[in-house]
Amino acid sequence: MSGIVSYGVYVPFNRLQRAVVGQALGSRGGKGERAVASYDEDTVTMAVEASRYCLAGIGGSSIGSLYFATTRPPYQEKLNASTLHAALALGREVRALDIGHSVRAGLGSLIAAAESAAAGTRSLAAMSDIRIGAPEGAAELSGGDAAAAFLLGNDDVIAEIVAVCSQSLEYLSHWRLPGEEFSRSWEERFSLTQAYVPLLSSVLKALAVKSGVSAKDWAAVVLDSPNPRAVAAVAKGAGLRPEQLVADMALEVGHTGAAQAGLMLARALEKASPGDHIAILSVSDGVDAVLLKATDAIAAYESARSIDDLIASKRNDLSYTAYLRWRGILQTEPPRRPDPDQPAAPPSLRSEGWKYAFHGSRCKNCGTHHLPPQVVCVSCGATAEMERTPFADRAAKIRTFAIDRLAFTPQPPMVVAVIDFEGGGRVQSELTDCEPDKVSIGDPLEMTFRRLFTAKGVHNYFWKARPVR
Amino acid sequence: MASNGICDRVAIVGMGCTYFGEHWDKSLEDLLIEAANEAYLSAGVDGDRIDAYWLGTMGRLSGLTLSEPLKINYKPVSHVENFCATGSEALRNAAYAVASGAYDCVMAIGVEKLKDSGFSGLVVQNPPSDGSSPAMTAPAQFSMLAPDYFEKYGVDPEVGKEVLSRIAYKNHCNGAKNPKAQFRKEVPMDAIMCSPRVADPLGIMDCSGVSDGSAAAVVVRAEDAHKYTDNPIFIKALSFVAGPAAGPLSQDYDFTTFPEVVASAKDAYQQAGLKNPMEEISMAEVHDCFTPTELVLYEDLGFAERGGAWREVLDGAFDLDGRLPVNPDGGLKSFGHPIGASGLRMMFEMWLQLRGEAGERQIKDPKIGLTHNLGGAPGRCVSFVSVVGR
Repeated sequence: MSGIVSYGVYVPFNRLQRAVVGQALGSRGGKGERAVASYDEDTVTMAVEASRYCLAGIGGSSIGSLYFATTRPPYQEKLNASTLHAALALGREVRALDIGHSVRAGLGSLIAAAESAAAGTRSLAAMSDIRIGAPEGAAELSGGDAAAAFLLGNDDVIAEIVAVCSQSLEYLSHWRLPGEEFSRSWEERFSLTQAYVPLLSSVLKALAVKSGVSAKDWAAVVLDSPNPRAVAAVAKGAGLRPEQLVADMALEVGHTGAAQAGLMLARALEKASPGDHIAILSVSDGVDAVLLKATDAIAAYESARSIDDLIASKRNDLSYTAYLRWRGILQTEPPRRPDPDQPAAPPSLRSEGWKYAFHGSRCKNCGTHHLPPQVVCVSCGATAEMERTPFADRAAKIRTFAIDRLAFTPQPPMVVAVIDFEGGGRVQSELTDCEPDKVSIGDPLEMTFRRLFTAKGVHNYFWKARPVR
Repeated sequence: MASNGICDRVAIVGMGCTYFGEHWDKSLEDLLIEAANEAYLSAGVDGDRIDAYWLGTMGRLSGLTLSEPLKINYKPVSHVENFCATGSEALRNAAYAVASGAYDCVMAIGVEKLKDSGFSGLVVQNPPSDGSSPAMTAPAQFSMLAPDYFEKYGVDPEVGKEVLSRIAYKNHCNGAKNPKAQFRKEVPMDAIMCSPRVADPLGIMDCSGVSDGSAAAVVVRAEDAHKYTDNPIFIKALSFVAGPAAGPLSQDYDFTTFPEVVASAKDAYQQAGLKNPMEEISMAEVHDCFTPTELVLYEDLGFAERGGAWREVLDGAFDLDGRLPVNPDGGLKSFGHPIGASGLRMMFEMWLQLRGEAGERQIKDPKIGLTHNLGGAPGRCVSFVSVVGR
């Protein structure tokens, strides 16, 4: 029976307090905070982080297909899943595909991966979103940025697919034209009464009928709706008990768009016991629903990072102006320095293993590690005796560092460290998600995949280091 | 190292150097013409006597940069480039050319026009890349020397900050006495210590000046030197080293030394036959791009014991009246740093000092001088050392 083999989520380090937005705009702002992708993160880099957690201890060698879902693809034309594929160092034969255009694409990618798995191909579904709304609007406050990833297959399954139902309906609720920054939306009552509530209610019934398991026997129900008011109405109509409903993390993270269904499903899986049924319903431009049944294997399963862990690991002193600058909504004076160079396609392809997967080289003659990979060994001088060595998941420490107050960065000052890896290898790398005043020699670090900058229409992806979260 | 050297076979018989600083009214070509003419005049020659030229400057691609403004008539002009040691590289090639006998009288000239870019700091054209190199400024790269040095030798960081400031203070005191320096005034210790941070613990006053300028030397074989001047200076050693750039790769590198400098100094001392450089060298111009660089260079060049330079800085050992004056002309810090010109500017101070023409900063009876010129960053650099004498 096919189903979920493993999962991982990613909540970025930064939070914007809604009260801080309220203060800046002279409005109510609201309770809690929203997760904010840093200036060097996008939906692909966050998907990489969630996928790395998902594949921790498993690896990606068995994966045959990869689905990446988001409403904010870094490239409009050019596959974004291929960046994810390269960063995860998946095999050349993997089929990679982007899915998007609706927040429902998140659960859609999981269903696509499940169908591939059922057909015999182990598949990874990564869903990731950055929710951007216009200042003074509700979307900016209620949104959040996060990612989730699920590995689907037929072996070592922790939650098997019991039933899948979908319904399609053409209606106008949230939309955005190409090139536009902010989504538009129709009046709230229309979407609620004519789409969200009726679609969720009817697919819930259909799922129960198709699976033969009554809704009252589901241990957990994920109701993912762009409008949280739909949840109470649907739950009441279906006779669901409050303890069945999975928390939406609106106060800690925000509604994370295409990642929301995955984030809530991961939450449900964290708490699931063998035999539990978990329903997951996601509405927006139609509706999808999946019923899962936790297997005995879930008792022994532990995710690489718990959601609570990631929610607790944060910096929440972000100013509203910094947030607006990060999202490109607030234009600021450029530095008196030349624009960064566009990364060139041929060298980027030649160094795919280094640039995207953070692979170094190891001298087979003397064992010395090199980052970036070298042809001639710096220790013994042997030529072309190298083998590829992955470093992305290796423990590392700060050997020394510099606080660069001149270098341009959207979050000054830039901190650059000389990093020594356990077992050998050294690299100079920019630090991210750090508090410059607290950085010191010897600090443990971990590598993270980031978008360094965008130059002449090309995103420059590479790795940075961050204090261990 | 296997270099045979050309000790006492080549002489400098004339030099020129422009004022370094903001030359809003002069182009790169104007600066070249000014330095070249001053060097011609100094050697008592005109352009017709020069058989070949070596031009050091960043990214100008060809010798036409020099031959076009000077209207050089169909002679070899080589453009050389080696990071911030470019000017020294021009001199080295020129010296070897006359030593070989290929030419009798040649010119090495360096120039840079940094203030026209409109950007702050250095602007370097990079080849197309995969975008994976960290975007770090030069002060940040060199700032990494400070914490490691302090920790290794047990220097309290506050004392360390004072040591670094004392180096800048000394160089400004020297530059104040130099009419061609970019910054011609003494700066109080307080102002240096408290200058705005650019790369902790370095402040803006720990950094060399960004400037325009040019310097030139006329070079001949030693046996011909007195045909040009009564006071030639003789080249005793020229060493140039490019390292494997092991610093960013190898966990063995510890940011308290430049192995390239150690290697080039050893080679130069051997070429010049110096047995005890600390005693035999009368004065030195070293590559003080940032204050911790100068601190580490004292030890790499053998001017101080390992771990001992910081105390000697506080004791004034490298002051103009100290036991081994370093950067008597103000150094990169106060004289300014127009990249391609700096190596020849260092030699210009040797020229003045050895001939007794250094005015109020004249060192008493100097016999042997050293110039040290560095390009790159700690752990990944090129290094040049010359030894010259009367």
